[in-house]
This record gives sequence, C-alpha cells and structure tokens, in this order.
Amino acid sequence: MSDQLLQLLFSGLTLGSIYSLIALALVTTFNITGVLNLALGEFAAIGALLAISLYATGMPLIAAFILSIVLVAIMGGVLERAAIYPARRASGLTLIIITIGLSISLRGLALLIWGTDTYSLPAFSKGGPFFIGGAALNPQSIWILGLAVLTLSLLYAFFELTYAGRAVKAAVINRTAARLVGINPSTVSFWAFVGSGALGAAAGIFIAPVTMTTYDMGFMLGIKGFVAAVIGGLSNVGGAVLGGLLLGVLESYSAGLISSGLKDALAIIILLAVLLLRPQGILGVLGERKI
Amino acid sequence: MDRFRCLMKIKKTFLWPAAVLLFLALPLVIDSNYLISVLIVIGLYTIIVQGLGILMGYAGQVSFGHGGFFGLGGYAVAIMTTRYGWHPVLALLAAIILPGLIAAIIGRPTLKLRELYLAMGTMGFGILIHTMFNEAGELTGGPSGIAGIPYLTIGGLTFDNDIKFFYLIWAVVLLVLFGINNLIRSRVGRALRAISESEHAAETAGIDTGKLKLKAFIFSALLAGLAGGLYAFYVTFVSPAPFGFNTSVQFVLMAVVGGLGTFLGPLLGAALVVLLGELLRWAIPLVIPGAGGEYEIIFFGLILVVLMIYRPEGLGAFGKISKSPMEKTPAASDVGLPESG
Amino acid sequence: MSKLVKKIGLTLLTILLLIVGLIAGGCASSQNDAGSAGQAKEQGKEQGNEPYQIGAVIDISGNSSSLGVPERDTLLMLVDKLNQDGGINGHPVELTILDNKSEETEAVLAVKKLIEKNVLAVLGCSSSGPSMAMINTVQNAKVPMVSMAAASSIVEPVSDRQWVFKTAQSDIVTVKKIITYLKARDLTKVALLYMNNTYGDGGKAAFTTAAKENGIEIVAEEKFEASDKDMTPQLTKVKAGGAQAAIVWAIPPSASIITKNFKDMGLSIPLIHSHGVGNQKFIELAQGAAEGVILPIGKLAVASQIPDSDPQKKVLESYIADYQAKYNTQPNSFGGYAWDAFKLVVAAIEKAGPDRAAIRDELEKNTSGFAGISGIFNMSPQDHNGLGVDSMVLVQIKDGKWQLIK
Repeated sequence: MSDQLLQLLFSGLTLGSIYSLIALALVTTFNITGVLNLALGEFAAIGALLAISLYATGMPLIAAFILSIVLVAIMGGVLERAAIYPARRASGLTLIIITIGLSISLRGLALLIWGTDTYSLPAFSKGGPFFIGGAALNPQSIWILGLAVLTLSLLYAFFELTYAGRAVKAAVINRTAARLVGINPSTVSFWAFVGSGALGAAAGIFIAPVTMTTYDMGFMLGIKGFVAAVIGGLSNVGGAVLGGLLLGVLESYSAGLISSGLKDALAIIILLAVLLLRPQGILGVLGERKI
Repeated sequence: MDRFRCLMKIKKTFLWPAAVLLFLALPLVIDSNYLISVLIVIGLYTIIVQGLGILMGYAGQVSFGHGGFFGLGGYAVAIMTTRYGWHPVLALLAAIILPGLIAAIIGRPTLKLRELYLAMGTMGFGILIHTMFNEAGELTGGPSGIAGIPYLTIGGLTFDNDIKFFYLIWAVVLLVLFGINNLIRSRVGRALRAISESEHAAETAGIDTGKLKLKAFIFSALLAGLAGGLYAFYVTFVSPAPFGFNTSVQFVLMAVVGGLGTFLGPLLGAALVVLLGELLRWAIPLVIPGAGGEYEIIFFGLILVVLMIYRPEGLGAFGKISKSPMEKTPAASDVGLPESG
Repeated sequence: MSKLVKKIGLTLLTILLLIVGLIAGGCASSQNDAGSAGQAKEQGKEQGNEPYQIGAVIDISGNSSSLGVPERDTLLMLVDKLNQDGGINGHPVELTILDNKSEETEAVLAVKKLIEKNVLAVLGCSSSGPSMAMINTVQNAKVPMVSMAAASSIVEPVSDRQWVFKTAQSDIVTVKKIITYLKARDLTKVALLYMNNTYGDGGKAAFTTAAKENGIEIVAEEKFEASDKDMTPQLTKVKAGGAQAAIVWAIPPSASIITKNFKDMGLSIPLIHSHGVGNQKFIELAQGAAEGVILPIGKLAVASQIPDSDPQKKVLESYIADYQAKYNTQPNSFGGYAWDAFKLVVAAIEKAGPDRAAIRDELEKNTSGFAGISGIFNMSPQDHNGLGVDSMVLVQIKDGKWQLIK
C-alpha cells in the first residue's frame, strides 16, 4: 500500500508540475497586464509542435528548443500588438473573448500545419524510470519540476532584484505614476506577452515527452492551468506553482484511491471549495493588489 | 407632402410587423429543410442567450456554466420520456424546472463571487454537471447517451418535421422576447440595471441585490433548460458531448458578440455565430480549393478578435434605432470583470 | 410596442438577408465546386449523363479529426478514380464532403444540407455521437446512411434503423477475439481500462457482458479521459488488484501514454489493446513501450502476412498501393471504413439505380460475401453491419511491427 501511495504521489507531481508551468505563465501575464490570456495553452502546443518539427529537420535538440521558444515569443509579441494593444481600454471580459478568439485561430493554424497527428519528443535524459521505494519516477518529471522551480526563481529575482522588474511592479500598481516616472505600461504589456510566449513554449516542449503533443492539447492545458492558478491565488506567482502541484496530486490520489471517472469532478469540487471559502486562493492575501 | 407623410406613417406602422411576418412565412417560401434547420438552431441558441443576456447585460454577472443547464434540460427530457414514459409536455416542464432548481441551489453561494472568480465558479459547476452526464451511466447512458427520444406532442399536434419545429421554436423566441421587453421596463428591470451600473449604489437605494441576481441566474437557467428540452425533442438523441465547457463559452461569445445589455443582442449574436459557421463552410472552399475545417476555425477566431477590437459593445449597438431606455444600459465594460491594467 | 416590433423586424430582416446570402452562396458553390465534383460535372455533360450525388459528413476537425482526415482522403481518392474509370453505369459521381467539426448539432445541419442536394446516400459520421444524432433525420427523409463509427447502437435495433448501415466492426467482434485469446491462455482475472468516451464506453459494455458469459472475472475497472496525461494512478490499482492481463480500450495519444506508463511501472502481465490503436502512430508514440502489446486488428495492418487465398488480400493490397501512391503514407483502418462505405454504396447504386429506397434494399439484401477492407460483409435485415469475428486477426507488436499470432 505504501508503495502505491508513493507511486500516486510521483504521478501527481508529474501532472502537477505540468499544470504549474502553465499556471505560472498565466498568473505572470495576468498580474502584469490584467489580461487573462486563455490562448496560453495554444502557445504551449505550438511551441512543442514547432520544436518537434525543427528537431525532425535534423537540428540538434537544444537548438530546436531555443529557436522554437524564440519564435513563439515573437508570436506572443506580435499578437499583443495586433490584438491586445488596440483593445487595451476594453473591459476584462472583452479582452478574455479576444484571447479566446486568438486561441481558436491558433488551434486552427496548428491543425492546418501539423494536422491531427500526435507527435512526441524523446525524453531529455536517457534511461528508464528511477525506482524509489517500489514506485517508478519518470526522469522527465524532474526536468519539468526543475523548469517550474527555475522559472519561479528567475521571476522572483527579476521582480525583486532588478530595476526593470521593480519598474514593472510600479507600472502594475499605479499606471499614471509609472508613466510619470517614464515607464510606459503598453511597453510592459508587450514584453509580458513576449515573456509568456517564451514561457508557454518552454512549458510545451518540456512536457511533450510525457504528454505527447496534438494540435488541440492547448485547450485542456489552459483550463487546468487556470484552475491551478485560482487554487493558488491569481495574485501570487508562488501560489501558481503550489496550486498546480496540489491539483496534480489531488487528481492522482482521487483517481488512484477513489474513482478514476470522478477525478476531474473532484478537482473541480476542490476548486469550488477554495473559491467559496477562500476566494483569494491558498497563498493569496485578500485585498492585495496584484503580484 | 401630406401624402408623403401619410405614406411614411403607413410604412412606419406596417414595415416592421411585415418583416416579422415575412420571416415567419419563410418556411413556406423556401423549400429547404437545411435552411429551416439553421433557423431552428439559431432560435434554440437565442432562447439561451436571451437568458444569459439578462444575467450578463442587466444583472452584470457572467456565467461559464450554461452549457450544463442546457444539458440538464436535454437530459431531463431524454430520461423522463425514455426511462419513465412521461408525457413529452410533462418532460419539457421538468426540463425547465430542474435547471431552475439546480440554479437556485448553487446560485446563492456562487453569486457572492466576483469577477474572474464568478467565471471560475460557474465554469466549475458547469463541468460538474457535465461530468455527471458521463458518470451517472445507469440514468444518463454514460458517454453513449440516450437515443430514441419521442417527438414532442401537444394536444394531438406532433412536432415531427422541421417546419413544425420552426414555428414552435420561433413562437417561443418571440414570446421570450416580449416577456423580456416587459421585464426590463418593469421595476425589476430597473433594479437590475441599477445593479449592473453600481451594485453599491443599488444596495444603498434599498435593492436586495443578492436576491435579484439570484433571480436573474435562475431565470437564465430556466431558459437554458427549456432550450435543452426542445433540442432533445428535435434531435431525438442526447449525449454529454454538446453540453460541455466549450458550449458554455460559445453561449458567452454569442451574448458578447451580439451586445450585452442590448435588447436584440442575443438574437443577433446567436444568428451571427451560427450563420458565420455555415457561411464559412461553403465560402472558404471557393477561395481556397480543397480547404477543410482548418480555415473555418482560423477565420472564425479572427473575425471574433476583429469584432471585439472594433465593436467591443457588440453588434446589438448597430440595431439601435431610436432612443429607448435600453440605450442607457451598460455595455460590455460593465460586466463585473476587471478593467485591463 | 411598435418600437419593439420594429426592432425585432429589423433583426429578422437581417437574418433573412443573411439567409438569402446563404442560398445564393450555396448555388454559387455548387456551380463552381472545386476539384473532383466540378470535373465530374463536366464529364457528365460530355457523356450526356446526369451525375449521381453522394454525400459524406465527416469529423474532419474537432475531437475525432484523427479518424475523419484519413476517411476524407480515402473518399477523395476513390471518387477521383471512379470518375476516371467512367463513374457508375456511365454516370459520373459527385461527392460532397462536409465537416461536422465532431459536433452533433453540426452533423444534423450538414446531413440536412446534403439531403437538399438530393444525395442518393450519406456516408458518415466518423464517430458514434454525431452518427447517432443524424439517424432521426435520415430515417425521416428515407435516405440510406452508412456510418463509419464503432458503436453497435448505431444500427441496433434494426427495426428503428432501417436506413442505417455501418462499416466499422462492432465492439462485440473485437471483444470476442480478445476473449478467445484469454481463454486459450487460461487467463481468467483481467483488468479493464478504458477511455471515458463513447468508444471506451462501448468497449467496456461489450467486454463486461462477454466476460460474464465466459467466466472471466474483471478484478479492476478504471477509466481515463482522452486528454489525460498520466495514467499511473489507474495502473497502480491494476497492479494491486492481481490481474493476469490488462485490457485497454482507447485510441492514441492516451493509448500510447498508458502503454508507456505500463512499461515504466514494470508491469509484466500481457497488455491487450483494442483495434483503436491499429495504426503505426501508436507504436511510434509509445517509443518502444508498445513491444509485446497484443491486439485484435483488421487485416489491413497485416496485409502482407495473410495468405494469398484470403479473399480480402487483393483488395487490401490495391488500397495500400493506391493510398501510398497518392498520399505517401500508409492507410489505416479508419480510411478502410470509408473505403468500405463508399464501395458498398457505389455497388448498390450500380445495381439499384438512382433510387434511395432501392439502394437501401440492395444494401440490406444483396450485400453478401462483399470483400472490403474491414472484412467480408454479409448484411441482412437483422444485421446492418455484416461483419463477423473472422474480420479481425490477433497481432502482437514485435520490433515495431504487427506480427500475426497464429
């Protein structure tokens, strides 16, 4: 039984780190721009598909990754200028619908280019799973978790230790004041989308060896990332990671111990419980203003 | 001059009712079950989006869970008629009441949420209901669904073809339209608008905002259930697939595209989304030979984005002809979601 | 009040206009239909024969698009070839393929549009839900429909589905094949894992019934979503349950993921899949974990291994050769379902002429010993699928290839 519990924990952490990455990108963009980017899952899908195609041309794996991340980052920036910037004064709901529209188009584009096939990437490190206490742990899970932790540290360092990071925080807290000291919120928004493009693509690439990649995988990823972000608290970057891990572990335990058919429902019930009892999320502080 | 004025007056009095009549005569003129079906589907969605429009445009509350209520209506009809042999009319009543009951239960805690959290909460309940369709296999037939739903019969009249369904559904649509027109001019309507403009102010003015929002939520669930029940009678088959989160998003899209807080927005939104899909289906192969659904999806998304950038208040704003109380009603920006930045 | 009427009138007028546009557009599109259909018309004019209309509603985009795309490609290939060879009795065939986006409401609208075009028969859909949704419409309009989906409820009870046929093997056929394997090896305790959708649900229902009849005990029963990324939790239960074999009812990518998880966890019992993984992609995606997997499959995948005496051999080889020449890739069983549906309908039109009722009767009464891709079809008034257990073979995956188990 104990090895079963451990196995479920490992599985949950694998899933959880996938959700964490998406939630992280979602929360970062949301806090900087106020836009809940529902096309983020598509960024991940396109990033992974691009990397797979580039790799298939004979490019070294690492070069394919970097090129793909750069391309999706550019795509993020272009989309921000084309669709978000012109509507920057619109309401939150309008902006959400715009990102839904973008995600629909991106999915169509991916379908056009890559078709309906499923693609996969080789695992980053060779060799089979580790066995710890009779439970198997996939090495790729460690890569994914590592990326989440790395991203989190980088974000923290950026916001707390660099001038640019503090400037962004300032822009978020008070637009007018930020403008007065020479920070342009629309530039900040642009770079936030470039960053979320890069982060989304990286997430997609890291999870591809585990999840496999289809043109339409972004939708479900986006939703799960969204749920994870709310559980952790939309205003908190660390909460996003924690929310993701929690969601993954919960799903895994409910599938393994209660009912596999009801695992998504249980995750939703937890979500609702958090929403109704602690709407600021697990790590969020009520009344806190973004980041 | 007098004659001209007189003509104008005649025109004013008769032109628009004539348009309604012309529309209603459509099935007799066009001999196409396909086009009639398209209109039936538009009608079905209009019924749902009308309710959602009240909730979003007037009470200022968003819901990403109406696909679930739509499904509850469909399943109520399917289960009651095939499993328990209820009369179709009774089953249709169940299809209206059940979602209303569920909405009453979940509405109270959920509507305390604001902005994005409300969106999440309603999405959560929608997904829960959808999961239930999949999991309660004994009752719902699981993922395979329920087939063999009988036709709707009302007092000897059996709705077994497209033309009859067209009249049934559009009669309901017009009824709902008139009903809502009266509602928004009533005390309740004014109170609802007050909420969407400023909840605090409304409360100060002595409006029980919680109760009113709940009523709007229940009302929209009832309408979604009604449409779901009619859908089940029309297709005679239900499965969980059409009632998921995607559908809920689609309904919100229709409401926003049509224009929130505008009287005819729901009708326009539903018509535009459905017709756009159908138009793209044949138009794109003309431009790009051999193209499939891929282009359709891309164009649909792009049109949506462009519309939202240049017409964030929705299409309903085009339809405004004269000054009416509705004009002062809130646009999309007043739905309880955060301003950007 | 008059203002209200005015507004409603204006809106309805707008819709009216759009509808007119739709009609005009529909006419325009049928006049300059691109591709094979247009050619067919020209050919028809040359020969002075009216083209025969056939329609197809396929899941080209959406959830089931991996089924629908090879089906569409197969149909396009077949109709081109048929028209080059002179069509049906000198009449060219105009095939209209519509996408239902894997959605039920869309399928209903699409099939109505086809019926307006006076199609003689409708092929589709690719998956069970949209197929089920179309049944009421084709029954009322009395148009023969040939589905390419698995669920047996599409054609049963036949008394309510006189106009509906299907070419994909029903789940029970696959199940019987698996049961034979289990009994031959005396495996009486099994775990059943299935996708939580129509496909998995159908397989589960058929297997549960058959297992009971054959004294096989299901010690663990687990499901997973098509979009799930890790099935280790479900397999953990299998490991704990003491099963002697695991049966998985799913399609890639989730089928590949579960196979990888299975291997990663070091489970050593036989892993038996359904025919849903019957394409090379499954093996590729599982990255070596698919070695040793056993599954029942249509003969298409092992065409080169079946004896020359098999009546399907020639058909299979020509389909593979044609498909490869045109699309530069191997056809799969989904394309095969489309091949069967198209050829069955064409054969019926050839004999019955352009009459829907006659085509239906022909399909039901005179389809016997028809060697298709999915098997030998023998339709009857009791059976609108017409495939027996012999339509499938058991294979094991060895060195990344399907190996026939004798």
